[in-house]
Amino acid sequence: MTDLPDETGLTRRELLELSVASAALAGTRGWSAEAAPARSAAGDAIETAVTLRINATSYHLTLDPRTSLLDALRHQLALTGSKKGCDHGQCGACTVLVNGRRINACLTLAVMHDGDEITTIEGLANGEALHPLQAAFIKHDGFQCGYCTPGQICSAAGLLSEVKAGWASYATDDLTKSPALSGAEIRERMSGNICRCAAYPNIVAAIIDASGEA
Amino acid sequence: MQPFSYQRASDVRQAVAAAAKPGAKFIAGGTNLLDLMKLGIERPAHLVDISRLPLAAIAETSDGGLRIGAQVRNSDLAADMRVRTRYPMLARALLAGASAQIRNKATTGGNLLQRTRCPYFYDINMPCNKRTPGSGCAALNGFNRIHAVLGASEACIATHASDMAVAMMALDAIVEIVADGGDTRRVALDDLYQAPGTTPHIETSLRVGELITAVILPPAPPGVQIYRKVRDRASYAFALISVAAVIDMSGGKIRGARLALGGVAPKPWRTPEIERLLAGERGTDVAFQKAADAAMKNARGHGHNDFKIDLAKRTLGRVLTEATS
Repeated sequence: MTDLPDETGLTRRELLELSVASAALAGTRGWSAEAAPARSAAGDAIETAVTLRINATSYHLTLDPRTSLLDALRHQLALTGSKKGCDHGQCGACTVLVNGRRINACLTLAVMHDGDEITTIEGLANGEALHPLQAAFIKHDGFQCGYCTPGQICSAAGLLSEVKAGWASYATDDLTKSPALSGAEIRERMSGNICRCAAYPNIVAAIIDASGEA
Repeated sequence: MQPFSYQRASDVRQAVAAAAKPGAKFIAGGTNLLDLMKLGIERPAHLVDISRLPLAAIAETSDGGLRIGAQVRNSDLAADMRVRTRYPMLARALLAGASAQIRNKATTGGNLLQRTRCPYFYDINMPCNKRTPGSGCAALNGFNRIHAVLGASEACIATHASDMAVAMMALDAIVEIVADGGDTRRVALDDLYQAPGTTPHIETSLRVGELITAVILPPAPPGVQIYRKVRDRASYAFALISVAAVIDMSGGKIRGARLALGGVAPKPWRTPEIERLLAGERGTDVAFQKAADAAMKNARGHGHNDFKIDLAKRTLGRVLTEATS
């Protein structure tokens, strides 16, 4: 997909903005990669109504049920902070928080998240005040190209909640105790987020730094 | 992805009734199913969302075991302090599987029913008897480094990818299943899975429309529990070999042993013959070598995966040494 004008004379970004405006105002179907409305094998239209609560705002959408949560965020709602890397749950670039837990937005259907509280990278900061993890990633240079960074930061936010709740990891020696955060714990717990620029040492440093205040 | 209609089930009865619809499939965590749907390998016409069914509890059973609801997520099961203290090998196996994001989605029932990661099953341009019955097996003479050395057939040498199920197999887990009409039946986990034979597309003894509602763990067996996983990366990789072991020692001798292997077969592989061999033995290298040789006696490599036979023996030896020292 590019930002070159298509046959309508609109760029993709303009199309997105238009469709998001109409989806948000009238609750209608937004821009979709599918050319024709989806139909079931029997020929019935199969679009499904869903209310997504994203960053404390409700969006009423009617979606082709094939739409992944990631595509709904990016295509329907222009929340393009969540990135598509592999689209198969292997890279972690699409990581968002659903009811406080980190998941791969590419590996779930948007219609399955009716009413869930979804937090994306766009919703982590408190107004102009960066989330402690965002500030720490900047301070420690926890990225190079930045493509994986929204997923890394959302994943790290989930990680800190999991450690706070006392969850063990494969790197935890004693499963009967709440683990202390260490470099080894962070590396194991962040293994679902790939960074092709290999900013890993700085990502680990940023998470340790933010763990006290996040 | 082929279009499908979507329905969220509000109770078990509704879910199993909806599953009778032609082309219907259950979806829970979806981490494996959606992956396969994107590639056109799974093509359901109707999805029945069971992720909000009230099956997400972990409860004590009257005999001191645990009943794990099918919708309990892998992360919640691994985090449960009863599992961490009484069934540590299960917690370890869960934590050895996938990534934190996927464990937050993947469910107990879904984990059991995940499909193989054989690359030829995933490549729709290649023959695969599991994906397209009768088309052949590209892995037999292909790149078969990750494939099975036990329990496979000429039609299919794919492995089962779960870590969780390997630990559950060694713990003698029971699977609770509900059919359309509401009847409940229970099967040993070992009997849930079917050998590939000439029909590798049929992987379980589940009948059309049946729903797994729980996994029941008998009371924790006495002894040391270990789950050891050998893989190509330190994290987020499927097992080349894994060993789940419960070893009970008394007076310097092995009183009881339960062992299951992962990464070697089309299903989590229980080894009753070596459990019998080990019973009454002292924990010596000779006894372990004998047991490991017996476990892999019928193993057959296919070229690239020949190393798995030795690797399985060594991993078994390492686990037995650790458990008895």
